[in-house]
Amino acid sequence: MATKAFQKIYTQITAITKATCSLKAEGVGNDELALVNGKLAQVVKIIGDEVTLQVFQGTEGIPTNAEVVFLGKAPSLKVSDQLAGRFFNAYGDPIDGGPAIEGKEIEIGGPSVNPVRRKQPSELIATGIAGIDLNNTLVSGQKIPFFADPDQPYNQVMANVALRAEADKIILGGMGLTNDDYLYFKNVFSNAGVLDHIVSFVNTTENPPVERLLIPDMALTAAEYFAVEKHEKVLVLLTDMTLYADALAIVSNRMDQIPSKDSMPGSLYSDLAKIYEKAVQFPPEIGGGSITIIAVTTLSGGDITHAIPDNTGYITEGQLYLRRDSDIGKVIVDPFRSLSRLKQLVAGKKTREDHPQVMNAAVRLYADAANAKTKKENGFDLTDYDLRCLDFAREYSREILAIDVNINTVQMLDIAWQLFGKYFKPEEVNIKQALVEQYWPKN
Amino acid sequence: MTTGKVKGIIANLVTVAVDGPVAQNEICYIYVNETRLMAEVIKVIGANVYVQVFESTRGLKVGNKVEFTGHMLEVTLGPGLLSRNYDGLQNDLDKLTGVFLKRGEYNFPLDTEKKWAFKPLAKVGDKVEAAAWLGEVDENHQPHKIMVPFAFDGIYTVKSIKSAGEYTINEVIAVLTDAEGQDHEVTMIQKWPVKKAILAYREKPRPFKLLETGVRTIDTANPLCEGGTGFIPGPFGTGKTVLQHAISKQAEADIVIIAACGERANEVVETFTEFPELDDPHTGRKLMERTIIIANTSNMPVASREASVYTSMTIAEYYRSMGLRVLLMADSTSRWAQALREMSNRLEELPGQDAFPMDLSAIIGAFYSRAGYVYLNNGATGSVTFLGTVSPAGGNLKEPVTEGTKKVARCFYALEQARADRKRYPAVNPIDSYSKYVEYPEFEAYISELIDKDWLPMVNDMKTYLQRGKEIQEQINILGDDGVPVDYHEEFWKSEVIDFVILQQDAFDKIDAVCPLERQQYMLRMVMDICKHDYDFDNFLDVIDYFKRVINFCKQMNYCEFHSPEFEDYRNKLDALLAEKQIAA
Repeated sequence: MATKAFQKIYTQITAITKATCSLKAEGVGNDELALVNGKLAQVVKIIGDEVTLQVFQGTEGIPTNAEVVFLGKAPSLKVSDQLAGRFFNAYGDPIDGGPAIEGKEIEIGGPSVNPVRRKQPSELIATGIAGIDLNNTLVSGQKIPFFADPDQPYNQVMANVALRAEADKIILGGMGLTNDDYLYFKNVFSNAGVLDHIVSFVNTTENPPVERLLIPDMALTAAEYFAVEKHEKVLVLLTDMTLYADALAIVSNRMDQIPSKDSMPGSLYSDLAKIYEKAVQFPPEIGGGSITIIAVTTLSGGDITHAIPDNTGYITEGQLYLRRDSDIGKVIVDPFRSLSRLKQLVAGKKTREDHPQVMNAAVRLYADAANAKTKKENGFDLTDYDLRCLDFAREYSREILAIDVNINTVQMLDIAWQLFGKYFKPEEVNIKQALVEQYWPKN
Repeated sequence: MTTGKVKGIIANLVTVAVDGPVAQNEICYIYVNETRLMAEVIKVIGANVYVQVFESTRGLKVGNKVEFTGHMLEVTLGPGLLSRNYDGLQNDLDKLTGVFLKRGEYNFPLDTEKKWAFKPLAKVGDKVEAAAWLGEVDENHQPHKIMVPFAFDGIYTVKSIKSAGEYTINEVIAVLTDAEGQDHEVTMIQKWPVKKAILAYREKPRPFKLLETGVRTIDTANPLCEGGTGFIPGPFGTGKTVLQHAISKQAEADIVIIAACGERANEVVETFTEFPELDDPHTGRKLMERTIIIANTSNMPVASREASVYTSMTIAEYYRSMGLRVLLMADSTSRWAQALREMSNRLEELPGQDAFPMDLSAIIGAFYSRAGYVYLNNGATGSVTFLGTVSPAGGNLKEPVTEGTKKVARCFYALEQARADRKRYPAVNPIDSYSKYVEYPEFEAYISELIDKDWLPMVNDMKTYLQRGKEIQEQINILGDDGVPVDYHEEFWKSEVIDFVILQQDAFDKIDAVCPLERQQYMLRMVMDICKHDYDFDNFLDVIDYFKRVINFCKQMNYCEFHSPEFEDYRNKLDALLAEKQIAA
């Protein structure tokens, strides 16, 4: 971003904090970009002629006589088909050694879609993971996070979903990725030979944290380009949104804003909603493209009442939890706490009719097994029903739930019916009689 | 008119230097190049006027021109509001061009071309006052009254009124003469500032009429009244939205207004998609015909999110003045409170608890009090029933929005994570939830007349069984299945029968989703009859096995058409099963 001849250069900085600096300037627009000593910054506050800039890379080394040049535009990304297969930093500049992108320049963080121009999500996104497809079916245009502890293999599961899911473009927004995870994603995508439909915007732990604030908007601007202009089915992966929120907190703190719950800015809900609500299914008249967002929100000590997961939960359409099932020694998608709010739009409609009832019955029995387990741990005798529930739960977990099982929904349903038949009587399963008559194993 | 210039910008809070008088809450427009952004005055200090902009302020510069309008945020009221989708500022979303919302694009909310078949109700010489009915047009089969504008003060005489015929909303349909002899022209439309309640009615008694919703856990256990208020707090994932949608589809109301306030866009789209398809159980036509949606989803500008709840309430009050029953659902009031918080934060006000503004509970109280059952000046009745959801941060019901709401709302439907986890939907906790209306003698009289004198005592018995069941469950958890007498198991399982058959309801099953009052009565009598009997069991395993079969038959009944052959068949099977173990009284 070279300076242009007619641009006014300011050299009198009046205040510097860790993330912002202020100066006297005129004719500056809100949200406008500037270069402070060559570092990219954005206008966040204007009071009279005093302008406050948020410096993305941090203010280390900025002198009071630094050169400040206003660029007259908000942060933007050049979009075209050339984005495919490339890796970019938070500013949208290539980091893979390739040439710069040519294309239309679009301001990031643009306006929201008119709700009446949206279509109700109704297309199934199959992942082959039963914890998702059977119990928490995903739908295109949906936004859903994994709530995961930092030690869980969420990035691996995300990569798996990305590879198995049918999408035209996959856009990875990595915020505070460790270099190892960044390389992991890069390798997985290259080895699977799918690099040509993947676009990545990456901020690693080696980059300044405030830069992360640009990543989701960059990724989603690219996603909107492919979904709106190219009518493509786009899957956006955002990991890790907790680090994004932390960056928001840093900036609001530097700007002396009154923090609300858990030291997060009071606007956290709106800030997160602006990102997640970019998920959309367009109707056929507008090309039928879609943006689906799968994100990761890491938890601290499994606490979902913390402001970040809590606000996220209210915005996203469900949440997925990973859990290690000690009975089978494998990672499963937790059937109790996970929820896809849009599953009823496809379950039993785009999948077999018995799907919703089978799903609920199996989870109910799995819950009974958990109760039986508690009873057993407390030293009580187990009933015959309790024992059957425990056996059922073990098999259900191993044959269906484990994330390394890769089968389609019809197979999942068939196995579930077999297990019902093996361990229970129809009245214990509590399913509509008509379905029992059709699907209950005959023997 | 007063004009001004932009002096400072922090996100959507803009400071303006003005050259004349401005009023608190006055609307102004800020120019960004050719675009005009709507904003509202929220604080004045000396010559500095603080305005909240209803749009993104990207690119706004110090020195930009500001024009004040001289009025507060208003809605336009008139025939043609029904079945429209508005944003929080009453822009017709369907009329907006483009896939994305363009900043500064505003439009007129009604159709100015359409001709309405007008029937006069008043005649020349009649003395009328604000909200008096001058005439009527048919709006989607609802009698839409054309009223004397609410802003008219005192008594007027009808000087002339149009005869029956077709007119557009802007044509003068009546001329009224005030006490000073001055003439005023009245069209079918009027404007009203959203933050002021419409008070053109005679009396607001305590609500006493049951508002039937077809949801058993509400109608039977904790009934809502016409003109009543209620709130549904729930941690995410507890089925808040599903419950709210069920109520809005099924409740006995003439007009349904849905305020999607800072919630998910896909949920609004669900309403957009489903309501035009759904058959209205009351009229047999489409539900959308009598619905208005105010959509200000979470990604739309925060300030208009705050406006959206007021816009919805004002439209609700307008229809109430016509003698109609209005149901207003707001999802969620927490988002509205958060919008207040964001603004208060930018204004650098001293924060209250959780950084919310200090007067939060007063604001919530004032808003809820706009609902109610009213006797209009002409003796007719109308109502605005308000049901708001609250999204408590971290599921903690001690947070300011829930506490503030609890002080004013009369019904409380406590959605519970534990119930949701066990897929017991609707996940309303029957013991924590309450309806204050059951304590009103006027409601008791009404329901005794409508159903029977024994109804409320029976409901009370049901709650006692549930309470007792819960206590026994705790004992069983501590002492073990063998550690308690068999009777205890029997009593616990009776409460499970109530839970499975009455409280749980499948919102996605065509038949079970709606349970009319008559059917609720039948089921409750049946279930309570099961509970009242003693049974003959040897051990607790038999109890569990037996009651599971009882529950299964009852549930199958819930899935069948009322009194259909299958339904009766299950009833017979159930009776046979009960006869096996029941000890004759």
